[in-house]
Amino acid sequence: MSLALIVILPFLGAVLPALMIRSGRAACALSAAWVTILALGLLLTHVPAVLRGEVIQVGWEWIPALGLNVNFFLDGLGLLFAGLILGIGLLVMIYARFYLAKDDPMGNFYTYLLLFQGAMVGIVLSDNILLLLIFWELTSLTSFLLIGYWRHLPEGRQGARMALIVTGSGGLALIAGMLLLGNIVGSYDLTDILQHDPYEIHNSPLYVPALLLILIGCFTKSAQFPFHFWLPHAMAAPTPVSAYLHSATMVKAGVFLLARLWPVLSGPDIWFYLVATTGLVTMVVGAYIALFKDDLKGLLAFSTVSHLGMMTMLLGFATPMAAAVAVFHIINHATFKAALFMNAGIIDHETGTRDTKKLGGLLLLMPITATLAVIAGASMAGLPPLNGFLSKEMMLAEVNQTAWFGQGWLLPLVVTAGALLSVAYSFRYVVHVFFGPQRDDYPSKPHDPPAGLWLPPAFLVGLVVLIGLFPDAIAGDLVRATTAAVTQGGAPDVHLYLWHGFTPALLMSVIAVAGGALAIWRYERVRAWWYAGPHPEAKAMFDRVVAAAIASSKRLVLGLHNGSLQRYLALMISAALVLGFAGFFTATHGSGARPLLSASPVAAIIWLVLLAGCGMVIRYQRDRLLAVIGVGVVGLIVAAMFVYFSAPDLAMTQISVEVVTTILILLALYFLPKETPVESSPMRRRRDAVLAGLTGLGTGGLAWAVMTRDFTSLSSFYLENAHDLGGGDNVVNVILVDFRGFDTFGEIIVLGIAGLTIFALLHAMTRGELYRRLGAWQLDMTKSADRHPMLMVVITRVMLPLVLLVGVYIFLRGHNMPGGGFIAGLVVAIGLIMQYMASGYGWAAQRMTINYHAFIGGGVLIAAVTGIGAMIIGYPFLTGAFDYFSLPVIGKFEVASALGFDIGVFLTVVGGVMLALAHLSDLGRWVSHAPVNEQPMDTLPGAERRHGEGSE
Amino acid sequence: MIGFALVFGFFAASLALVFNIWRLVAGPTLMDRVLAFDTMVINFIALIMFWGMQQETTLYFESALLLSMFGFISTVAFCRFRLRGDIIE
Repeated sequence: MSLALIVILPFLGAVLPALMIRSGRAACALSAAWVTILALGLLLTHVPAVLRGEVIQVGWEWIPALGLNVNFFLDGLGLLFAGLILGIGLLVMIYARFYLAKDDPMGNFYTYLLLFQGAMVGIVLSDNILLLLIFWELTSLTSFLLIGYWRHLPEGRQGARMALIVTGSGGLALIAGMLLLGNIVGSYDLTDILQHDPYEIHNSPLYVPALLLILIGCFTKSAQFPFHFWLPHAMAAPTPVSAYLHSATMVKAGVFLLARLWPVLSGPDIWFYLVATTGLVTMVVGAYIALFKDDLKGLLAFSTVSHLGMMTMLLGFATPMAAAVAVFHIINHATFKAALFMNAGIIDHETGTRDTKKLGGLLLLMPITATLAVIAGASMAGLPPLNGFLSKEMMLAEVNQTAWFGQGWLLPLVVTAGALLSVAYSFRYVVHVFFGPQRDDYPSKPHDPPAGLWLPPAFLVGLVVLIGLFPDAIAGDLVRATTAAVTQGGAPDVHLYLWHGFTPALLMSVIAVAGGALAIWRYERVRAWWYAGPHPEAKAMFDRVVAAAIASSKRLVLGLHNGSLQRYLALMISAALVLGFAGFFTATHGSGARPLLSASPVAAIIWLVLLAGCGMVIRYQRDRLLAVIGVGVVGLIVAAMFVYFSAPDLAMTQISVEVVTTILILLALYFLPKETPVESSPMRRRRDAVLAGLTGLGTGGLAWAVMTRDFTSLSSFYLENAHDLGGGDNVVNVILVDFRGFDTFGEIIVLGIAGLTIFALLHAMTRGELYRRLGAWQLDMTKSADRHPMLMVVITRVMLPLVLLVGVYIFLRGHNMPGGGFIAGLVVAIGLIMQYMASGYGWAAQRMTINYHAFIGGGVLIAAVTGIGAMIIGYPFLTGAFDYFSLPVIGKFEVASALGFDIGVFLTVVGGVMLALAHLSDLGRWVSHAPVNEQPMDTLPGAERRHGEGSE
Repeated sequence: MIGFALVFGFFAASLALVFNIWRLVAGPTLMDRVLAFDTMVINFIALIMFWGMQQETTLYFESALLLSMFGFISTVAFCRFRLRGDIIE
């Protein structure tokens, strides 16, 4: 349990800084730090068990049908990474407190940082790879927020976008790869995958595609060549972010995954040549670019690329010892690189620049900073007795034992060149910033920073020295436990020493250091050589690729999706036709055996009316008002048919919906052209007619075929059980509020959202460009002088109590007789709309101050509370309960929990319908510039016209 | 006796419906069609009541009630649209 808590804590704690910022910056930083300390403390309680070799697991099923579980496990590798993430996270939080300027929104910063931290911890502790992928995507998102934290800087925004695109698309590939891997193994749990026989995985035909996709995911995240270009651009982030994301955490996620899947993926030649070669190229290219970067953070970024390449290469060697070296270097790199990033941040903070050409001679001006930089830089260069030296020596020893394409000498040569470059840029960081003559043109006067800024890197530098001097005592157990986890039992007995004796590796180191020192001594000449060489500009290429991708997807989307409803319908209907007729002609068919019922003459006439209504819609489709009347006729027949086929609930719903729909369409038609222009060519109309005719024939044939056969449906279950299980005799209503209450619940939420959306859209129309256009709009018709006829006002007033009574009646009887909350809601809404129609919206709204938003919210809440009520007494959501009571006078009656649910439905329907209609009509009044009438009805008919007032 | 009355009622309402269709399709003015629609609603109220009586059930009467309460609203809406453009001012 505490394992899951380690992951959840940062997410939960992420709200704290956002809230605590009101109490000041210190409180904000402290709240974030305490969350991290708590999580780190929880992690540390597991250390003894993990070092003993135990694997701690915890988990729950989430969607077992998909193989998706929420389960976590902690072994050596997870411990190492979680420790780095939380430990360096804590240091970064302290550092950031002093780094961020006064006007930077600190609450946001710590919230993003904690979210990112939680996502990272999630990656390294997830057992289920689908869960891991979720956290993986979360790191891409949260790092986007962090890199773009200074959103006023265009570089920050562009860098964030580039990082998101590169790591996000890598994440997509990773998803596919992981799914393939899970498919090969038959489980999505890492603990199962790692126990699987690796040879079986290697021999699977899916191995190569899975490997390629997973590697794309890892290489993009870990900035491996040729995906390395995003990392330097991400340096536009505040330095604490760079120190955190780009030294210890995010970029190491790819390396983590390579290490995690090492037991099952490594082994075949393709793994070696892909992973080791990519790592090697990245290592050399990264170091080469780093040497010529003037921006300190850019230098460190490419150095990180180079070191990540080295780890990738070691994992690519696929020997247990090389994996152990990679693990050791992960620790060492995190310590010295985080320290150096913080150091670069200090220089930037205190001198106002991080451009090496403007720096130099800071040694005596910033002695503490200089000391830290010299030690961490020496470790990065791989000088004894620091930890960077140890892992580099071990790496060189591994390289010496590895042949590349059968050539034993090739790899050591290239790696030595890489090491040489690495020494050179490390020296350059130290020499060009801190040594040389003091200058008098620093952008601001350099001095050592407050302790809050130098203590976190000093702590890390302390580790650099201690691990270098006493490697086995400090890091030995952790490296052994982690190696055991990476290699899944194939671990060699690793022991860490400072001194390995005079070995070929030492010779390579000496060459590298001497060459690096030479390069810095003659830096101007080296730089001139570099200057003459090619400099591919990654950002321009990336921008071109993105622009081309956008242009081609635009062409594709706009080509297919051109906004023509006719085209979409034609395609969909054609597809349905082809499938339907293909099925029809490849199977036996004929009408069923059921005897036909005779049709009464009355029904025949009603169907004739239906045909007339349909014909009218087709004939007068361009005259929109006539078409609405035709649709009204069709709706009336449908209602009549429901009555004829004994579905009174549906008939009542249909009748009410018809009225509301007509009003809604007419309200909207006020703002629309009254006639539909001819847009399609005659050819196209003929095509559409053929399609429509064939579809009608097909649908009719289907209906005929189904209805002439006997079939069983679900309805018999509802008919038999509605009374006993749902406590109601009206099966339709019991289905709505009980059997399928969850559907209804979803539907009323949709209805509420629709009402609110219409409101929001209409609200948006009363401003901006539309405001102007609507304001200038003139209705081209002569208005009758009867604005609010007395006859209508009187009738609607008289009818209001009647309508409300009918509404209540239909609502209450709904459970046992036709009716229910939905119909009652429509009835009441129509009753209220009548008042609006009679006396105008403005007048009525002044006297009927009902908050329809609250109706919608309240309705959904009441329905939810009724549903949750069942959960409180231990039944599933929305389980209905009912009982019978009797009172004097009233007699026996039933109380069902479904009634509460129905009240929710009722309120939402009233709120949704009224919100939409009322505001649509309000817009109409506003557009016509008519004042709100003071009287409910016209007391002097025609007065408006006689006075010739401006409302026309 | 009621049987005969029902047959007559069905006949009369159906005949009225046929006339309604005629007016609805033939027009010629918008108001002719709106009136045809309104009359059609009234005939349907009658048909539903007859149907309930013939089936000896009161189950359908609420549908007729709703039609008679709200049938005129659509008619009013069409008329207001024709007269004022905006049906709720």
